[in-house]
Amino acid sequence: MIMTPQDYIAALPLGIVAVTAFLVLLIEAFRDGSVRVTSWLTALGLAAAFFVAMTRVFGAAPGTAFFGMYATGAFPDLMTAVFCVSGILTVLLSSAYLGKEHLVQGEYYAVLLSAVAGMIMMAAAADLVFFFLGLELMSIAFYILAGFARGRLMSNEAGLKYFLLGAFSTGFLLYGIALVYGATGRTAISAIPSHSLALAHSPVFVVGLALVLVGLLFKVAAFPFHMWAPDVYEGAPTTVSGFMATGGKAAAFSGFLLIFSPLALNALPTLSDVISLIAAASMILGNIVAVSQTSIKRMLAYSSIAHAGYILAGVVAGNRMGAEGVIFYLAAYTLMNIGAFGVVSILESGDGTGVTYDECAGLSRRAPVLSGLMAVFMFSLTGIPPFAGFFGKYYVFAGAIGGGYTWLAIIGVLMSVVSASYYLRLVVLMYFKEGTERNSSVSVPAASLAALVIAAIGLLGLGLFPSLLLQLTAWCF
Amino acid sequence: MTAESLAFFFLAAFAVSTAILMVLQRNPVMSAICMIGTFFSLAGLYLLLHAQLLAVLQVVIYTGAIMVLVLFVIMLLNLGDEARLRERYDLAMGVGTVLAAGFVVELFFILFYSGDPALRASMDPRAAALGTVEGMGGALFGRFVLPFEMTSVLLLVAVVGAVVLAKRKG
Repeated sequence: MIMTPQDYIAALPLGIVAVTAFLVLLIEAFRDGSVRVTSWLTALGLAAAFFVAMTRVFGAAPGTAFFGMYATGAFPDLMTAVFCVSGILTVLLSSAYLGKEHLVQGEYYAVLLSAVAGMIMMAAAADLVFFFLGLELMSIAFYILAGFARGRLMSNEAGLKYFLLGAFSTGFLLYGIALVYGATGRTAISAIPSHSLALAHSPVFVVGLALVLVGLLFKVAAFPFHMWAPDVYEGAPTTVSGFMATGGKAAAFSGFLLIFSPLALNALPTLSDVISLIAAASMILGNIVAVSQTSIKRMLAYSSIAHAGYILAGVVAGNRMGAEGVIFYLAAYTLMNIGAFGVVSILESGDGTGVTYDECAGLSRRAPVLSGLMAVFMFSLTGIPPFAGFFGKYYVFAGAIGGGYTWLAIIGVLMSVVSASYYLRLVVLMYFKEGTERNSSVSVPAASLAALVIAAIGLLGLGLFPSLLLQLTAWCF
Repeated sequence: MTAESLAFFFLAAFAVSTAILMVLQRNPVMSAICMIGTFFSLAGLYLLLHAQLLAVLQVVIYTGAIMVLVLFVIMLLNLGDEARLRERYDLAMGVGTVLAAGFVVELFFILFYSGDPALRASMDPRAAALGTVEGMGGALFGRFVLPFEMTSVLLLVAVVGAVVLAKRKG
């Protein structure tokens, strides 16, 4: 067994991100106070990985490298691009936010990069062992980032809570992988669909997959495993919350598309039914609880539970359209949710308390550009055309209808109407209510503004020309 | 019943009972000692599977290095007041206990009483070769070389995280 240059080329995006993480650590170790350099280096490394991945999406035939560990092809590369976008936007938003919160430390960027490396491993996993390692790398980085504001009690709580519950859910996932291995004798992910057909009535295999399902549902914060999400997203530094809710969710959903692929789900109708119920429950609970929130960060946390439900509808559809819709949704969700968290991070006062709805009243007078961008993100999260959020919802629900889950699509559309009440309430408050603090204007750092503008343009671009991305997703399956 | 299956049932029972005892102990040092028992019986189980190297590593790394670290941490933390570990009992905990018990019973029922044909009754003949130093080395630096290397990244991130979260404000 000898590794060839092709193996390294296949894993190039992962290599770039991991090496950048080491470089950032080294620079931080030998040159104190070089955070400006490391933050730009981080963005540069992620951008390089993004471009390498994007150049390979077109026409890439699926294959494996490193002796059947690392999957190549359009799907891992496209997901890598999504993770890198999530990382770059987070880095751009972080530089000003960390300064405001007195959290400036170079290790932040190294840990963020290793989280992205873990996500890439998850999307590019051809073997359950490799998938598990990627999930752990990402999760450990998230535990660190969630507790990064060491001086704040809320952040400590977020880090510890996420760590304890995350370790517990990892146990389920690992036990599930062990049972699947015990039933089939293999850990290759590509073997799961054929085993699902042959072993659909084997309790060991099905229980193993169900336990893997539990571990993944925890990571995407779907209904019965969502309890950690509001506290962690509220307590973690805001830019980190945005990163966890987008990149982390996208990585876990790429695990769904790999392990619970349409082929495997069609062979296991019981498991599909369970997932469809969980999807419906996540939509209902996330949206209804989000209505009663006063803190915007908490509202976004509950809405992320609801979005996990929408995306699960695309997974459970068990067809091409649903699967492609999931990728589209994840790309759109990354842009709009990081944008929303980014606006909150700019509005925060720096003492660790979040932003409430009332504080946003009359914001359009004080910060017209910021309000305009926030309105774009809210419209897109609601699913109003011409923004990309609409097409994301359209494709996952169309996929669900095609897969025989019309009732799920109906619940999804109804719940989207409910979601309009809390997303659009913010827009109404910003534009049509008088604020109390009329004189204080909000200063928007240049790098953060650039990130928000990129996200908004991306949303509009994908919304007006969805075929741009759909051409790429068509290569994935 | 052969000697091998006798040894298996003895080791398995020992592993499960020490694991349960570890959770039930109030004294953290006693918990740690019970965990050593679990690790030892796992090493025995590996031996039964012809994984000699794994058994040795299990004893050297887990029972040796990691447990010493755990004991050190317990002593440095100076958990004098054992009463602090006492838990409160309330409704949420009751519901949780019922759900957890139900889950365990369900797993037992599915895995043991359903006559699953999928579980292999006999061991893979290649397993004996895999348990040697050569076999392990071949696997780690052959098929599993990428996961092996990425594990070092994982450990590095964990170390960095521990330092970042624990270091004094500078």
